[in-house]
Amino acid sequence: MNCRVISFLFAAAALLLSADVFAAAPIKIGALFAVTGPAAFLGEPERNTAKMVVDEINRAGGIKGRKLELVSYDTAGDATKAVQLATKLIKDDKVVAIIGPSTTGETMAVIPVAEKEQVPLISCSAGSKITDPLKKWIFKTAQNDSLAVGRIYEYLQKNRQTNVAILTVSDGFGASGREQLKAQSAKFGIKIVSDDTYGPKDTDMTAQLTKIRGSQAQAIICWGTNPGPAVIAKNVRQLGIKTPLFMSHGVSSKKFIELAGEAAEGVKLPSGKVVVADLLPGSDPQKKSLLAFIKDYQNHYKTEGDHFGGHAWDAVMLIKAAVEKGADSSSAMRDNLEKIRGFAGIGGTFSYSAKDHAGLGKDAFVLVEVRNKDWVIVK
Amino acid sequence: MKRELLKFAAFAVFVLLLPLLFQGGYLMNVLVFVGINTMLAIALNLLLGYAGQISLGHAGFFGLGAYLSGILTVSYGWNPWQAMPVAALAVGCLAGLIGFPILKLKGHYLAMATLGLGIIIYIVFNETIDLTGGPSGLSGIPNIALGGVTFDTDVKNYYLIWGFTLAVVLFSINLANSRVGRALRAVHDSEVAARVVGVNARILKVQIFTLSAVISSLAGSLYAHTMTFVSPASFGFNFSIELLTMVVIGGLGSVYGSFLGAALLTLLPEFLRAAHDYDIIIYGGLLMLMVMFMPGGLVRGIPALFRKLFKPGGGAGHA
Repeated sequence: MNCRVISFLFAAAALLLSADVFAAAPIKIGALFAVTGPAAFLGEPERNTAKMVVDEINRAGGIKGRKLELVSYDTAGDATKAVQLATKLIKDDKVVAIIGPSTTGETMAVIPVAEKEQVPLISCSAGSKITDPLKKWIFKTAQNDSLAVGRIYEYLQKNRQTNVAILTVSDGFGASGREQLKAQSAKFGIKIVSDDTYGPKDTDMTAQLTKIRGSQAQAIICWGTNPGPAVIAKNVRQLGIKTPLFMSHGVSSKKFIELAGEAAEGVKLPSGKVVVADLLPGSDPQKKSLLAFIKDYQNHYKTEGDHFGGHAWDAVMLIKAAVEKGADSSSAMRDNLEKIRGFAGIGGTFSYSAKDHAGLGKDAFVLVEVRNKDWVIVK
Repeated sequence: MKRELLKFAAFAVFVLLLPLLFQGGYLMNVLVFVGINTMLAIALNLLLGYAGQISLGHAGFFGLGAYLSGILTVSYGWNPWQAMPVAALAVGCLAGLIGFPILKLKGHYLAMATLGLGIIIYIVFNETIDLTGGPSGLSGIPNIALGGVTFDTDVKNYYLIWGFTLAVVLFSINLANSRVGRALRAVHDSEVAARVVGVNARILKVQIFTLSAVISSLAGSLYAHTMTFVSPASFGFNFSIELLTMVVIGGLGSVYGSFLGAALLTLLPEFLRAAHDYDIIIYGGLLMLMVMFMPGGLVRGIPALFRKLFKPGGGAGHA
């Protein structure tokens, strides 16, 4: 009896040891995306992209002979679930790094877990408070809202349209945009003459727009994700408002043009470069990555890749770059991520440092305009 | 009563020993939430199962407790031990005030009114950005500390939360078996009859509504100090419905039923995760089967199932 137990223990120990010695064991990466629920428009392309990129890396033989293994869970956009699943990824699946979650709320909920367990987290959500103040283990790939606001204000300042009306959606994205719109206005000499919000499920915004029509606004800035902004664009047409309409990067996908139809014409918005990849000059450092991502996504999923998927593309590729520099543990991964400079991805050119875990400059956004149902770059 | 105490002791021992099975794993984290959800399900069951008054807004009271605790500790630097009772007291006052007009309503109208209450609270969380941080939430809420021990790991939190949960279980069992519990059931069966035998149904309903809100608020405070982060999405209408499902699936008017319902609805999605994209279908299907074949809830359905399986022919009837 005893003999059997001992021999079993030996066998088990031998197995464990051999697993350790076996150098080509895959590197486990965790992913938390809101694939279902209200934020599915973010989570689905993100998960698809992450899967696609990891498969491709593995097909090409992995990174320095080590394959990646992606363990992906659906958070349904729920903060409680995100925390549970982050704990599961770290404690049960023993991942070395986590990609996601998709929304700022979930990310803020997961941050204490990642910090305590000392696992690097590369968030795919935009809220600037994720990396400001800086947290040792937390990085992000989605562009800060502040950069998008800066792009619009810069343009308005140049064109001397300094009285603006803002109309923001009452969810995390809109609240963060509103905060930035108000915070940066003084710096650009912009005066907010009207400040209104609408609900994420509202189907008519004529009330707010009528109020704006009566104001001194020279430009309307709307901050939201589909379908609200499309409704606003249509309402602006219906009311015959001639004031130029600006949107956020939250609607920089073909979906917005489809939803708003004719009313989308002439709308300007800051966008990641992914929607105008083929219009970029050859000298743009991101062009190669952008075209590769768009082609791959089209081949795999028969639909256009958007910048949400791009956030996951960047996160996986940043991890790849960190592994290439020899990281296979959580702490080495974190240190190597911090050393990445000039990585041309989808969201922009990333340069992380010990003081900056967001890594993007204002060149991450271009101002685009809808013309003939397509995007053109505004000079 | 002695039998009840023995049952409770067995349950408490089971709860206290359970972590030995899952030392360290992430299931510990899920079991912490089973504890919180058990408190909430019991709170709603006191109202729905015993007094027969529906509420579709309980996630609101849960959220109020969480946010009050969060705001008092983060923005005003209070100790969690001060914030928790103050939050519970405030939520209790609110529930008492609202309870008087709202509980005059019956059936669908009461459901609508409580639904509205829940939605209003949810909107307040979303819109008062300066206070609550709005949709992106409130972070940096401190863990609870007691005599030099900070409850910052899953195992520590498990014992903290389940300590409170067991207290709520014991209190609720006592309440259910007291004069008040009998009065509640009388109101449930017929309000008119209850009033005829001298039960002040109106006051009693407000009292139980308030108690239910206070327990929910306490669960909310514990949630906030465990998660160290709160955002409005956790306290929406969906969660109110989930709580209602826990109570109904577990068994109306049974404290242990609430535990079974909370445990099932919290754990089931974790086990179904292996089924990947089909988990939601299986989850929905299982809930439907349970409601169809165990209309009295798990707490009555499981023993009945055992009797059927192991005593063919003689089972039914011996309750």
